[in-house]
Amino acid sequence: MALDPLQLAGPATPAAGGAVVAATAAMPQRSAMRRVLGGLWRYTPILLLALAWEAVTRLGLVSPLELPALDRVFTAWWSLLAGGDLVSNGAVSLARGAAGLGLAVVIGVPLGVLMAWSRPVRSLFNPLVQALYPMPKSALIPVTVLWLGFGSASKILLIFIGCMLPITLSAFNGARSAEQTLLWSARCLGAGRTATLLDVVLPSALPEILAGIRIALAFAFVLLVTTELIAARAGFGYLIGWLGDGGVYDAMFAVVLTVSLLGFAADRLWLLLMQHLLRWRE
Amino acid sequence: MTEILERAAVAAPRRGAGRFAVAAGFALSRHLRNGFTLILLLAGWEAYARSGAVSEFLLPPLSVVLERVWQDTLSGDLAINLGATLYRALFGFAIAASAGVTIGILIARNRTMRWFFDPIVSVGFPMPKIAFLPIFMLWFGLYDTSKITMIVVSAIFPVITATVAATQGVEKELLWSARSLGASERRLLWEVVLPAALPQILTGLQVALPVSMIVAIVCGMLMGGTGLGAAMINASRFADSPGVFAGIVEIAIAGFCLIKGIAMLRRRLLRWHQETSEVATV
Repeated sequence: MALDPLQLAGPATPAAGGAVVAATAAMPQRSAMRRVLGGLWRYTPILLLALAWEAVTRLGLVSPLELPALDRVFTAWWSLLAGGDLVSNGAVSLARGAAGLGLAVVIGVPLGVLMAWSRPVRSLFNPLVQALYPMPKSALIPVTVLWLGFGSASKILLIFIGCMLPITLSAFNGARSAEQTLLWSARCLGAGRTATLLDVVLPSALPEILAGIRIALAFAFVLLVTTELIAARAGFGYLIGWLGDGGVYDAMFAVVLTVSLLGFAADRLWLLLMQHLLRWRE
Repeated sequence: MTEILERAAVAAPRRGAGRFAVAAGFALSRHLRNGFTLILLLAGWEAYARSGAVSEFLLPPLSVVLERVWQDTLSGDLAINLGATLYRALFGFAIAASAGVTIGILIARNRTMRWFFDPIVSVGFPMPKIAFLPIFMLWFGLYDTSKITMIVVSAIFPVITATVAATQGVEKELLWSARSLGASERRLLWEVVLPAALPQILTGLQVALPVSMIVAIVCGMLMGGTGLGAAMINASRFADSPGVFAGIVEIAIAGFCLIKGIAMLRRRLLRWHQETSEVATV
């Protein structure tokens, strides 16, 4: 959560605003209106930047080879979408990201909780996690390609490794910081070890686990694009590299913007889900 | 053994040389225990690679890899590549740190700046910035400028958000006291706001430094030339797998030293602060 204090402090985003409006239809109309207007006002600087981009290219201040006009980028985006290239490559990329991140969650969360719960597991895995955590995961790209080739398997492995460490560590920290009084109360009330783990430790670790997955989500996008730029035959990164090598810069800009916006949208969606899952908290 | 030491540490009198000896012994045993798993893992690597269960191409033995690292050191390749990577990483980091802190303070203290930068930061933070590398290559060429730009763009966001949170979190009483004692806005900034915000700003820098290093390596992988990343990719193109693994070892050690270095710097800079404990490095 500490990742993005600006957003958390600020008003809801337009996307978030829409969902909130739908959820609270009973609220007075005016406040919904204000929310939308506030969201628009909030994102005006981005609009200004886009206008500046268009103006600079229209006025011929920069060569169209270096910065294609924004409307041409949109046209290129549309033809990529209509031609199916964007969808087919995007589907490959998103499937890789989802597989890697999903595996990391499925293995990383139980591992982290077990590390907090059992001493032998902790002394076995803690040094490994601590030693591997600062290691730049991108350095493993050549090795994953060496092992698993140019296809999806090498990307999934890399994303899995990169995402698992923050998830494991956050699950470990979250489970370890479960309040001692809660544990004592549960034990007092006759809960066994498994029941305590599932009903007390896991829920109290949930905020940190979700925050860890949020970090991992950002890692997944970065690692995905990086490895696809370096060695792939399909995917967003491959498409960017291929279009750039071919000199089709308006289409390249279109794909770069698409990936960036998807990364941003995924983060916002996860934030919404976090707020929903943690609504029982104060 | 460790159980006994722990119990002894609890039972030891809270004064005198005995307590120091027990504490030192405890710390030593923890280091040994942490190192043990790592050594086990490395020994397992060596044994597995030597056993013939896996081809030497997919996993060269650790001893071969270390010999390769040693050769790189003697031939001067390591110094050249490490120097190139570190130069880009630290140059980019320095720009990201100074610009990030400045922008962060401006955002925290000026309404217009906040209005302008807040949406840009909250959109830009979760974006996979590495997708912009082909664009920077187009604009700034294949040499250091584009790589350093990529590093700055990637590393600046954690610095900005940490600085904003830190500056906004400075205790109001400190500001009021300084103002009522007649401090000008300028002295307030340098003598109250910045020192009070320093711990959290340093946390942001501790996130940004490894990011700079990783991006420097990835840029090398994508664009070639000199540097650790480029050396690894070249090795993998020539199917020189000891070279690839040597690159991983070199990068891991360099990354570890950087992280430890900035943690030491933090302890030095914050000697006056009550919190001189280590923070978790991301």
